[in-house]
Amino acid sequence: MKLAELETNFERKIQAEEKIEPRDTMPEAYRLHLIRQISQHAHSEVIGMQPEGNWVSRAPSLRAKQILLAKIQDEGGHGLYLYSAAETLGISRDEMIRQLHEGKAKYSNIFNYPTLTWADIGAIGWLVDGAAIVNQVALQRTSFGPYSRAMFRICKEESFHQRQGYEIMATMMKGTAEQKEMAQDAMNRWWWPSLMMFGPHDGDSPHSGDAFKWKIKRKSNDELRQKFIDKTVQQAYVIGLAIPDPLLKWNEEKQGYDHGPIDWSEFKRVISGNGPCNRQRMEHHKHWHEEGRWVREAAEAYKTRISTLN
Amino acid sequence: MNMELKEALQKFLLRLGDNALIQGQRLCEWCSRAPMLEEDIALSNLALDHIGRAQVLLDYAGQTYGAAKSADELAFRRSERQYYNFLMAEMPIGNFAYTIAKQLYLSAYEELLYEVLSQSTDTNLSAISLKAIKEARYHFSHAADWCVRLGLGTPESHDKLADAINELWAYTDEFFEMSDCDLLLLQHGIAPDQEVIKKHWLDKIGKVFMRAGFTMPSEVYQHHGSRQGIHTEHLGHLLCEMQFLQRAHPEASW
Amino acid sequence: MDTQLDLWEVFVQGKSGGQFMHAGSVHASDKEMALKYARDLYTRRNEGSAIWVVLSNNIVSSAPEDAEMFFDPANDKIYRHPTFYTMPEGALQI
Repeated sequence: MKLAELETNFERKIQAEEKIEPRDTMPEAYRLHLIRQISQHAHSEVIGMQPEGNWVSRAPSLRAKQILLAKIQDEGGHGLYLYSAAETLGISRDEMIRQLHEGKAKYSNIFNYPTLTWADIGAIGWLVDGAAIVNQVALQRTSFGPYSRAMFRICKEESFHQRQGYEIMATMMKGTAEQKEMAQDAMNRWWWPSLMMFGPHDGDSPHSGDAFKWKIKRKSNDELRQKFIDKTVQQAYVIGLAIPDPLLKWNEEKQGYDHGPIDWSEFKRVISGNGPCNRQRMEHHKHWHEEGRWVREAAEAYKTRISTLN
Repeated sequence: MNMELKEALQKFLLRLGDNALIQGQRLCEWCSRAPMLEEDIALSNLALDHIGRAQVLLDYAGQTYGAAKSADELAFRRSERQYYNFLMAEMPIGNFAYTIAKQLYLSAYEELLYEVLSQSTDTNLSAISLKAIKEARYHFSHAADWCVRLGLGTPESHDKLADAINELWAYTDEFFEMSDCDLLLLQHGIAPDQEVIKKHWLDKIGKVFMRAGFTMPSEVYQHHGSRQGIHTEHLGHLLCEMQFLQRAHPEASW
Repeated sequence: MDTQLDLWEVFVQGKSGGQFMHAGSVHASDKEMALKYARDLYTRRNEGSAIWVVLSNNIVSSAPEDAEMFFDPANDKIYRHPTFYTMPEGALQI
């Protein structure tokens, strides 16, 4: 088959909602778009282990400690599923990590915020994972097979994450005055960054055109954000938390909430490296990657050694 | 059960529970810091096994008090001198080789210990032990694999592990100390003869060292103390961090 | 130069007697490591009773451009399926 014919085959598959598999011919721009998106997604899972890891040693009960550690472990696992999906496109994990360290690959902005109290662990599970899940459920239908399969697995495993976060918030809202204060404070700090997780408004989203055409992206940023707000506001009210948005109002006509303006200057500031924890997160990752180098080298050397013995 | 025996059992259960808890707490420190993402997940699994075991053991220990205590009360409201975990367990995680050496010594011991305890006349303890054996067997296999890899890997990995093995050796004899409480429990068929475990343990460790290219460490001064609740300075800091929320908000539930 | 070790494919059997299904991949330098990492990653929720791991490089895959010649010829061999046959009225279930 000729190259032109194969591209048509690619387009036919996309039209017919068939998945694209790694060995299928695909436009180079599609491949690069996926590498950028999947590796960013993988890095987000991995960097996301840090703010939550910040509280494992201080979790307030044995039950809470186990749940939190199991959850962070899942995030690591999800990072692995996603790295593997990206690897099928011909990029190595080495290379992806290098791009992260050189600042060429990004991770979700949300993890540049600090976890200051135990309530932040609740807020991350409930709001941040809640937002991520809305996005990931939509991505199950993405056109690239390995990415779609990773999303199915991830969504299945993540279903407990949001519940555990909400449970922490609910428990604290039933607790002492100090606990309630902590919970509301966490809500106030995490609400807006969570809304920013969905990315710029549809009119200002630079990569969306191709992503829609290729069915990598199936729902727009604003659609997903709306979905998240509508389900979360009710959950907040049930446990007595206020939403830190004075302009939030139910819109009967659209059967959804209208919200106040998002401070995109903050979003830009954090994404360009000036969030509270950008430096810390990167330094941590680089430091421990370096610390592990001698172990990986030893494992490689051992492999060579036993292969010459056999 | 008479008072003396009950107290001995309580101390023994606290020792088992504290060993699981403190090891688990230390292993948690590897979260987001392991040499490979896969190993991060593996170490979290070890930590989860330990914390889960601590919960069950401390829960049982709590039932031996006049007014029953919960596992969380025991984990988060006791101070340094009331902890009975081995000094080895509270040692910092160090580098990866140091953690592997700790894991090797402790998991080899735990595998042997829980094998004997699965035959304990105390049926609660034997039931707990049946699950713990499987976990400890896997933990030992994980540590032994890494010992061989690091031992036969690069000169750097060999030296790092050799340092760890030798340094931690000074905290191994304490595992096998027969205190009055151990003697009493042995008479009742509840707890094992540590001398017997020691023989098997030396054999088990020796075999791994042989495969990994190490010799048994030379005899050094052996530190004791945990049977009396005398610890290294490391434990206080660990507890400080672990117990922070429960201590800062004593009336709160989480 | 760094390395993230070799790529392995993981197949998990859910229950004894069942099929081994592809679960995903892990990086590892030797087979013991690959097996343990596969266990730690893919059977955290009781998904497994046995695991296979195989170096990705050792897998031979059919090419997408061969798909038509490989698989389409089986399309019209409907006589391989039991529904192709008519059963006489009144015959017991075969």
